[in-house]
Amino acid sequence: MDDIPPYPPIDPTTFDLIVIGTGLPESIIAAAASTASKSVLHLDPNPFYGSHFSSLPLADLPSFLSSHSTSPSPPRSPSSDDPNEFSLLEFATRPLYSSIDISTFSPNLDQHSRKFNLDVAGPRVLFCADKSIELLLRTGTNQYMEFKSVDATFVGDNKGNLWSVPDSRAAIFKDKSLGLVEKNKLMRFFKLVQGHLAGEQDVKISEEDLQSPFVDFLNKMGLPPKIKSFILYAIAMADYDQEDTGVCRDLLKTKDGIDQLALYNASIGRFQNASGAFLYPIYGQGELSQAFCRRAAVKGCLYVLRMPVTALLVDKDTGCYKGVRLASGQDIFSQKLILDPTFKVTLPLGSSPPLPLKEKLPFFSLKDDKGKIARGICITKTSLKPDISNFLVVYPPRSLFPEQVTSIRLLQIASNLAVCLPGMFVLYISALCNDDDQGKKLIHAVMNTLLTVPLDSESNAAVQSETAEIGSAVQDETSESSSGGPSDSGEEKPTLLWSALYSQELTLGQVDFICSTPMPDGKLNYNDLIDTTFKIFQEIYPEEEFFPETSLENPEVDGDASPET
Amino acid sequence: MHGRPRKAPKPEDEAASSAKAQKLRALQTQFFSFHHNKIYTKEAVELSAKLLEINPESYTAWNYRKLAVEHYLNLPDCNPDSIKSVLDDELRVVENALRQNFKSYGAWHHRKWVLSKGHSSIDNELRLLDKFQKADSRNFHAWNYRRFVAESMKRSEQDELKYTEDMIYANFSNYSAWHNRSVLLSALFDKKAEGFLLKEKVLPEEYEFIHQAIFTDPDDQSGWFYHLWLLDQTVTTDSPLLASSWPGHGSDVLLVGDRCYNGSAFSPFSALHSDSGSFPIVLYFNQPVRGVNSSTVTVECGFNKNEDLLWKPLSASNSQTARVWVAHLKVSSSDLHSTVEVSVGHTKGIISTRGFEYSHPSMLSFKVHVQPMERDSSQVSVAESISLREENFKVYGKQSEESIIDSFDQLIIKNGHETTASNWRFEALAKEIECFRELLSLVDCKIGKLTLARLLKAYDAMSYPFANKLVHSEEVLELYSDLMKLDRTHYQFYKDERSIVLLQKYKDSVSSAICGPICLRLNNLSLSRMGAFEKLLWVQMLDLSHNELQSIEGLEAMQLLSCLSLRNNKLRSLTALEPLRKLKLLRILDISYNQIGDHSIDTTRYVCSSPLSHSVGSELNRDETVTSDVALINNWEAFYIFKDFNLNQLDIVGNTIADEKFKSVLVKIMPKLKQLDGKLLD
Repeated sequence: MDDIPPYPPIDPTTFDLIVIGTGLPESIIAAAASTASKSVLHLDPNPFYGSHFSSLPLADLPSFLSSHSTSPSPPRSPSSDDPNEFSLLEFATRPLYSSIDISTFSPNLDQHSRKFNLDVAGPRVLFCADKSIELLLRTGTNQYMEFKSVDATFVGDNKGNLWSVPDSRAAIFKDKSLGLVEKNKLMRFFKLVQGHLAGEQDVKISEEDLQSPFVDFLNKMGLPPKIKSFILYAIAMADYDQEDTGVCRDLLKTKDGIDQLALYNASIGRFQNASGAFLYPIYGQGELSQAFCRRAAVKGCLYVLRMPVTALLVDKDTGCYKGVRLASGQDIFSQKLILDPTFKVTLPLGSSPPLPLKEKLPFFSLKDDKGKIARGICITKTSLKPDISNFLVVYPPRSLFPEQVTSIRLLQIASNLAVCLPGMFVLYISALCNDDDQGKKLIHAVMNTLLTVPLDSESNAAVQSETAEIGSAVQDETSESSSGGPSDSGEEKPTLLWSALYSQELTLGQVDFICSTPMPDGKLNYNDLIDTTFKIFQEIYPEEEFFPETSLENPEVDGDASPET
Repeated sequence: MHGRPRKAPKPEDEAASSAKAQKLRALQTQFFSFHHNKIYTKEAVELSAKLLEINPESYTAWNYRKLAVEHYLNLPDCNPDSIKSVLDDELRVVENALRQNFKSYGAWHHRKWVLSKGHSSIDNELRLLDKFQKADSRNFHAWNYRRFVAESMKRSEQDELKYTEDMIYANFSNYSAWHNRSVLLSALFDKKAEGFLLKEKVLPEEYEFIHQAIFTDPDDQSGWFYHLWLLDQTVTTDSPLLASSWPGHGSDVLLVGDRCYNGSAFSPFSALHSDSGSFPIVLYFNQPVRGVNSSTVTVECGFNKNEDLLWKPLSASNSQTARVWVAHLKVSSSDLHSTVEVSVGHTKGIISTRGFEYSHPSMLSFKVHVQPMERDSSQVSVAESISLREENFKVYGKQSEESIIDSFDQLIIKNGHETTASNWRFEALAKEIECFRELLSLVDCKIGKLTLARLLKAYDAMSYPFANKLVHSEEVLELYSDLMKLDRTHYQFYKDERSIVLLQKYKDSVSSAICGPICLRLNNLSLSRMGAFEKLLWVQMLDLSHNELQSIEGLEAMQLLSCLSLRNNKLRSLTALEPLRKLKLLRILDISYNQIGDHSIDTTRYVCSSPLSHSVGSELNRDETVTSDVALINNWEAFYIFKDFNLNQLDIVGNTIADEKFKSVLVKIMPKLKQLDGKLLD
């Protein structure tokens, strides 16, 4: 972004709200505020919508990641001798991605870069009955999008097998890997949960059980380990090993587990032409942010892309937020500001902030107490499973190697969702981790189980593994150590054409001095992010309703939200 | 389509429906006038389409359209193109009607009719069906129609089987799909199609398939329904078999001319009193058959070929199909000892209700000894009151038990050929038993218990010729007792089933109940139903008193019965006694202390296997001169039941019906009766 295009002046110069960054939370807030008749300016330094939630062309993804991986450059010479009554606080970008490895094994992919729409925050799906779908339907935003069904969920093992998850009555009946007794126990458990949710008196789960760990409840129900693992990690989507309280940072309670099952259950069969529980947007997850931006624009929100923001304007006396200075040099004022997690505010060198600001600044640092998430994007020419193209795979803790403490999720999306060249498949992999090395190990474990990594790039790897540039990334020792098992018999594994591995910081949203939106979390869907977004909106507009129930003519356009098959 | 609660109509709905009715009335009037005047113009035909679109149930309108089509097809100027357009029009009208009411019999029938005219592409029908069956996967009209279409298209059963499988995978709570599967498999078995030649190859796979449904959701009934069909396929041999006979193979029959029994010298002979010098031969098949006659069953007695022997079916209905067949063989009194040879099925013609030929020809031979009449003692026997008292059983109970069991076993026909071929049946049953024991260890499930009981019973029945004990009878009894407690609404059904098991077991265990080769006491057993008749053909004297019998269906098989006590049971009507009409040798009957006459409505008429098979009164007007006796007309049931009896002795006291007036009627009906309720008659 060195050659900055000439910026057109923005008119008016005062807004109720300025939103910087077009990630999903920001876009939803912009749309909600516009709907509440606020004047909103929505800026993004990038030339595309979506920020950390975007879907990018193949060639653009590495540059986007690396542009957010370096430490902030020292702020330019302060223009603190501003004649105004404002202090300037410089914006700098935070390093949000690290350990970026891009490997190309098929040189001509770059020529078709624009045929790819790669999700920065993958793997991600929408549950047919989750909050994002409700929000899309309620706001009519679904009219800007099309979805297709993610057809199945599998549980993977270290032999490369993918076991289908018996997530419904029909699936239990059909499943070939479950024994008769297991089928009976699983179905009885589902019935118990359904009965409990339906409020049937005789099948109520006791309050004591509801407050106990979900895994204990499953044990109490006498479910065999295999089924327990299906329920915990492939249906309730637990992140951490639930049976090892030493490493489990998020022990699921029965109550929450049941809620997850209820969501899953309500998702299956909600839309007639969606066979599974999940949906995926055509053209990638970035469409969601864009759709909410369109929704906001319809309600009068002003959009300016490619517009970096250089500094925050604060009142010299009170330290209160006043506005922002754009890269064009223009100052724009607003009462409220929402910031993308990319940005942090630094003090100009050698200047001391006004006293009131000093008190506020310590709070203005993004929290990242949730560790990191390792992500991987792989492109292949063949599907992991011959007869099915869009599906989710879950690797429960300890399923790949003993030290694996978190679930690893993989989503395969085919070209029929317009995310890649025809005939190709994009695999999104993610796992929570404490540090980059642990994260890499998790992602590699899955890749080595499922994919063939071409060896001819060995020399490249040696040269290029030092520099974190385009080249090979798969370390030989890792690939050998985990694929050394007697598993390489049977079908040919898909060959890796391209991969991008990176770690992402997990930052929470913040509603202090300035509201800041969260980074994509480690979940499969957007439920938690939408909750946070709602909280931020409430914080800045406590009086306003978050998307009030409107007299939209099409609040129940199931057909639109559901995929076209 | 299913499980949607009905809502009370709102006022505006009622207004709408009355408006619809108004419109319909007008249309209908117009339509009828066209119909009656045989007007088949374009407008008239279109009007009927309109009517059908609103009300697909209008049969007359469908018929009118058929007439209109016929009318059109008979026009001189019609050509293939115009015929096609007329018929396509019909198909379109049907499709619209079906959209209105998916379950309209008239509409589906009309569609079949149109297709029978030819000219239309049947491929379209399959596409339409796919659409309809997706919308309502269980609709039996659509499934019915599908069978019709598949047949007309000559679509292979294998393809259709795959389709049912897909439908079942989509949702296994689908009676129609499971049923279609059973229909298709039956057809494939019959055809002996490639891969379906051997049931033992196909059935285990089907069991495996149905287990998935049953274990996944034992509360879903559709799977159990298919399992029952599979069980039937496993247990029932295709070709009918002879289960037992009287006299048994290798047995000795002693014919005595009067009621004085002095044949102790002939033990273990079966002694039979025969005044007429004839005795019955009873054949008991394992399933109802037809075609038993003197050419399919030959009886040779000495050098006599009894070609005119008349075989009669013994069944409650008057059909020519029955499990039990009887013929009366007359032995000439000059031959004191003769050997009778009965060969069954050496000539083809005995066919089961399912159309399978009796294919295991078998031969019975037994000896008949005739004891000359002792005329002087006949007088005594008439005067003497014979009753089923303890002493009498003791009198007859002198035989050693071993010999009884030997002769008893002779009743069982051993079908070696069939049993070697049916090892897979045993294996299948054993596997099922194991499987359902496992299910019951997981869940408490009524239908599971019932199925296990059925399986165990079937297993025991199949192993009977080899093992002398019914190894599972205790377990089965317990299962039924459990079910009687668990499921009060079907209490009587379980009790009936339990009674039959109890009977099997009772006879099976060598007990003092068998007091002689001719007597059997089954009193005080809480029996609610009789069964196991194939093993009781030899019984001449039967005590069923102090039980809970409501019906004695099947008792007609016991052709040798001369003395029967049904005292203290729960028989509720005279028609319940109908099986006794076929017992030509019955002389002494005790039906005292039952409930005959308690209930003004005879419910047995509604519980008989088929209302159409119920024959009471059907022969009455044919061969009886209409009597002018008012008493008889008012008691036509009694007349019908008792008129054919040759009873000497009847006890009927303790029934509501048995007042003095009724008794006088009985005496009139049965002039040969010597004793009524212990009182000698003149």
